[in-house]
Amino acid sequence: MTEQLPKPSPTACTTCPMHNAGNLLKLGINMDNWDYVVALAGNPNTGKSTVFNALTGLHQHTGNWPGKTVARAEGGFSYGGFKYKLVDLPGTYSLLSTSLDEEVARDFILFGQPDVTIIVVDATRLERNLNLALQALEITDRAVVCLNLIDEARRHGLQVDDRRLARDLGVPVVPTNARQGEGLDDLLKAVNDVATGQTVCKPYRIKTRSPQLRQAIETLTREVEKTFPNLPNARWVALRLLDGDQNIIQAVRSGELGELAQTEPDAGKRIELEVVPA
Amino acid sequence: MSTFTLSDAALARPSSPPPTETEAREHLLRTAEALRWQVGQDFHEKMMEDIYTNAARLADRAVTQPDEKPRFDLDRTIDRIVTSRTWGFPLMILLFAVVFWITIVGANYPSQWLADLLIGTIYPLLQQGAAAIGLPWWLSGILIDGMYLTAAWVVSVMLPPMAIFFPMFTLLEDFGYLPRVSFNLDKMFHKAGAHGKQSLSMMMGFGCNAAGVISTRVIDSPRERLIAIITNNFAICNGRWPTQILIATLFIGVLVPSYLAGIVSALAVVGIAVLGVFLSFVISWGLSQTMLKGEVSTFSLELPPYRPPQILKTIYTSVIDRTLSVLWRAIVFAVPAGAVIWLSANVMIGSVSIAEYLINFLNPVGILVGLNGVILLAYVFAIPANEIVIPTVLMLTVLVLGNGGEGAGVMFEPDAAQIKTLLTAGGWTLLTAVNLMLFSLIHNPCSTTLFTIYKETGSKKWTAVSALLPLALGFLVTFFVAQIWRLVAGMF
Repeated sequence: MTEQLPKPSPTACTTCPMHNAGNLLKLGINMDNWDYVVALAGNPNTGKSTVFNALTGLHQHTGNWPGKTVARAEGGFSYGGFKYKLVDLPGTYSLLSTSLDEEVARDFILFGQPDVTIIVVDATRLERNLNLALQALEITDRAVVCLNLIDEARRHGLQVDDRRLARDLGVPVVPTNARQGEGLDDLLKAVNDVATGQTVCKPYRIKTRSPQLRQAIETLTREVEKTFPNLPNARWVALRLLDGDQNIIQAVRSGELGELAQTEPDAGKRIELEVVPA
Repeated sequence: MSTFTLSDAALARPSSPPPTETEAREHLLRTAEALRWQVGQDFHEKMMEDIYTNAARLADRAVTQPDEKPRFDLDRTIDRIVTSRTWGFPLMILLFAVVFWITIVGANYPSQWLADLLIGTIYPLLQQGAAAIGLPWWLSGILIDGMYLTAAWVVSVMLPPMAIFFPMFTLLEDFGYLPRVSFNLDKMFHKAGAHGKQSLSMMMGFGCNAAGVISTRVIDSPRERLIAIITNNFAICNGRWPTQILIATLFIGVLVPSYLAGIVSALAVVGIAVLGVFLSFVISWGLSQTMLKGEVSTFSLELPPYRPPQILKTIYTSVIDRTLSVLWRAIVFAVPAGAVIWLSANVMIGSVSIAEYLINFLNPVGILVGLNGVILLAYVFAIPANEIVIPTVLMLTVLVLGNGGEGAGVMFEPDAAQIKTLLTAGGWTLLTAVNLMLFSLIHNPCSTTLFTIYKETGSKKWTAVSALLPLALGFLVTFFVAQIWRLVAGMF
């Protein structure tokens, strides 16, 4: 997947596994003995808990209904000589933080800055699931899409072109059937490649049809970049500010967003590189 | 489980930034404010529309639809039946009745084996062992007659129904049936002024109320979330199912010929569960008219596809996760409770033991509401965990009957049929059994749930409401049932 890529030249800070430990500690994550932190996000009832159990070997109860997980669950696994901490976030339909479960998921991706975010999507309901995926990709550029329930999609006669999806989304897309353990090795490899910087993502940006909106977003994004020069998700912050999101307004005012920017000194450079998914 | 708030981080900042940075940030916010006026009020809607359009385009590019729609959609056909206006509710009740029936019929024998083993065989061995190594009577009393015996009762009374009920319930959950139940109930919640998602948190409450309270996080309106938290208690939890099942088997099943006993006991338990759902509506409605007035918000409920449950895996996880963890919790609370019960039965004030003193004190109130002092005292002991109510009732009943063994408060009778003999000797009637089932449904939540409510709401007031409202209602309902029962009984 990554052979054709020019190797990015990450600075010591982002390759150092512990570069973001401070923020994670604040979020209540115990960082002893972990090299990378991986978050699991996705719509309700897409099998996040099943993926979590399959990767960690834990037996968190899974249920066939939306809203099973409202708090975070944590577990761990190791791959490629690194130890990973896996955090299962509540399943939500969006990351606009209108309810507590959305806020938990959103805050973790935004302020926790996990090394990789696995976005679990239901292959049989791709359109609806992509709503959340697109929002997540605005927040973080280190993501892997886990195209789960691929067996169910096949049973319904749906064919999902994961390569095309990967090209469109600009992040690795791995088809899985977590219940039977299919595709999990590929998922681990993809997560490992993103975590170690071997794969660099160039996530899709939500396009707007209204020229007026586009201009407002561009203007404000430039302003955000000026104020917080190294913020990896300036455009998303601009979107939230235009929406009048009180949490984000507060984070700008208190300077907390600025602190996030400081943990990512070479974010601007990394965006230049493009992923060429296999 | 702790959530992170921005204000925490802001407070944690060591020093305020230099003024220029602050100015830059304020400038940014002013620019944003100005642009918001330009783009207009409907930015949110426009943006959401754009996200949907983008997602639809990407999905369309990646997904090839099947050439031909399958002629027969099994999911839709099942949904049409289980969520139908006519058949939805009867099917739901039938399905739960079958689950309880299997539990009641199936739990009988293993319960007896366990009781024979733990109480009939091991218990005398332990006593002989204690005597052989010369333990003082009070120490062997606390350890064996108090701690061991209560734990043994918890295991033999609780384990078999749990080991049968939980896997079946989990299979229903994995199959995808529970969201259909929510769908059926949604309209009624809406009429009661509550959020439709309350049906989901109620489903979680049928497992554990503390988990149910946490699951109300999916409800975004604080008003509706509070209603869901306060009424979650009316979903019978893990700790209360075995009480319901046992009492229904012993007192209600025996009213009819033995071939009907199983199904009648099952229907009695279903009746209590349905009453709980009904009370949820009534209390939600009452709260939304008084303390928690406001508009009902709308939401969309996703009906997930039916998935064939992985039977072996489900049985494994539900035994490991639910049965053993609930049992473990019960034992953890039962062991110290056993010591306390034994001590209360053997520490004398004058010529009366503390337990007897308390029971006599509570008895008038107990009798008034169709229960008795023993049951009320058992509920005081069981505040940490509802699981130990029945074992505690049994221990205390023996104490009141003054079983002439060494040390009072000791249970000897091992098998299930004799529990009934014992309880009848302790003054139990059908009314006591019915009211115990009602009181078990309607009383204060356990201390774990209350602590969770406090953590979730952050309010002492609402925690107190969640504890006292059901407690008062429990006394009220049992009181009226007892009065009417006695009135009717007196006429014949």
